[in-house]
Amino acid sequence: MREFDFHPATSTAEALDLLGRYGDDAHFMAGGTSLMLMMQQGLVQPGHVVGLRNIRELRGVRSVPGGGLEIGATTTHREVERAKETSAYCPTLAENFSRIATVRIRNQATIGGNLVHADPAQDPPPMLLALDAEAVVASKSGERAIPIDGFFEDFFQTAVREGELLTAVRFPRLPDGVLTTYVKFLPRTEDDYATVSVAAALKLGTDGRCEHVRVALGSAGPTPIRAHQVEDALSGKQITPQAIDDAAELVREEVDPIDDVRGSARYKREMARVWTSRALRGLLERSNGRQGG
Amino acid sequence: MSTHELRFTLNGEPRQVSVPAHRRLIDLIREDLALTGTKEGCSVGVCGACTVIVDGNTMSACLLPATYVDGATVTTIEGLSPEGGPLTPLQDAFIRHGGFQCGICTPGQIMAATALLAENPHPTVDEVKRWMMGNLCRCTGYYKIVESIMAAAEVSAPVPIPAGAAGLSGPTHRIAGS
Repeated sequence: MREFDFHPATSTAEALDLLGRYGDDAHFMAGGTSLMLMMQQGLVQPGHVVGLRNIRELRGVRSVPGGGLEIGATTTHREVERAKETSAYCPTLAENFSRIATVRIRNQATIGGNLVHADPAQDPPPMLLALDAEAVVASKSGERAIPIDGFFEDFFQTAVREGELLTAVRFPRLPDGVLTTYVKFLPRTEDDYATVSVAAALKLGTDGRCEHVRVALGSAGPTPIRAHQVEDALSGKQITPQAIDDAAELVREEVDPIDDVRGSARYKREMARVWTSRALRGLLERSNGRQGG
Repeated sequence: MSTHELRFTLNGEPRQVSVPAHRRLIDLIREDLALTGTKEGCSVGVCGACTVIVDGNTMSACLLPATYVDGATVTTIEGLSPEGGPLTPLQDAFIRHGGFQCGICTPGQIMAATALLAENPHPTVDEVKRWMMGNLCRCTGYYKIVESIMAAAEVSAPVPIPAGAAGLSGPTHRIAGS
């Protein structure tokens, strides 16, 4: 590992000052799980590392008046998983975080670090896409929000620009009665990255028509993706298992997987269809069960 | 390259050390402080051999910058029972139930299970398996490890993570009942 200077910042302002001072030669570090590996492998070689763990204002899970949720960027996965505010907002979000890697990694890795690392195989991004979350970034000129749908630009690349620091993830109030799910296909081990993962949200009206739908996938391309074509095919329609299967066919054209140890691109494309269908069928069954009493 | 003065509690004892910014916690523990009970396996946070407990949470010492434990309470395998004192019920159970073979993953297994029982004193078998899935064993398999943890869970009242004195003079070799 290249030697570096470490600067443990204690406020967002100080972190931005340090970033301004060292520019391209600086790198933020939250939990360190990804950055330590990349530095050890020589993939990232900053001369200055700005530590974010001592910045109190960046940590914690807060309910937002009106029904939303806000999670500070350096909140660990396990803190997200266990916070009562998370379960109160959306139990599936807590479950999603409980299934990241191992408890040891969840104790160290953070929601913000996870997003800026931008590995398309990670668990939170599809879930955040399905919940219409947005990333909040701060710079010396102020703050802006970036919808997660648009946050990921390419493999390991995000819309966070030079001089900006991801400070929080915000979730809007969920539509009343919406059902959510997160499924992942793990043919090797439970703590592995998924071959393909799907997060979905669905709300049906009393007439069985789709009032709200979100479908997002991980491990299915250079970035996590929202399956807009699948959503459009279902939106406003009468939802049946057949309608779901027909819509899930469209995901094959939306994903762009690569061949790797977790499957060939062709196989992942097929699994994207299968798991999209399973996720939505599961939500349909729950929705019907709920209406049946 | 910056160096940093760290003050932290290691196995119940206050410590003050100076480390370069890029020092990993595992190197601080094993090389600088000569506590070699914590093993390095994969070096990428996957195998669990280097599991230590930081402020009550298990972490991979191979992925943690040493600077991150400034002000923290760190427990390694050496800190579970005092020098010459009785083993913890969990350590004892690993011996009685054959929860190890070659032994290299054992400190990590025991640290992970110690944190589990501190948080969840009477876990189900499924909870044990789920918690322990990040601690790999390539000898004996996992049945005996799960059995050991379940046995310890039955005998132990809810106990906080011990922060006893460390065996700083060198590795300790103790077998329960011998």
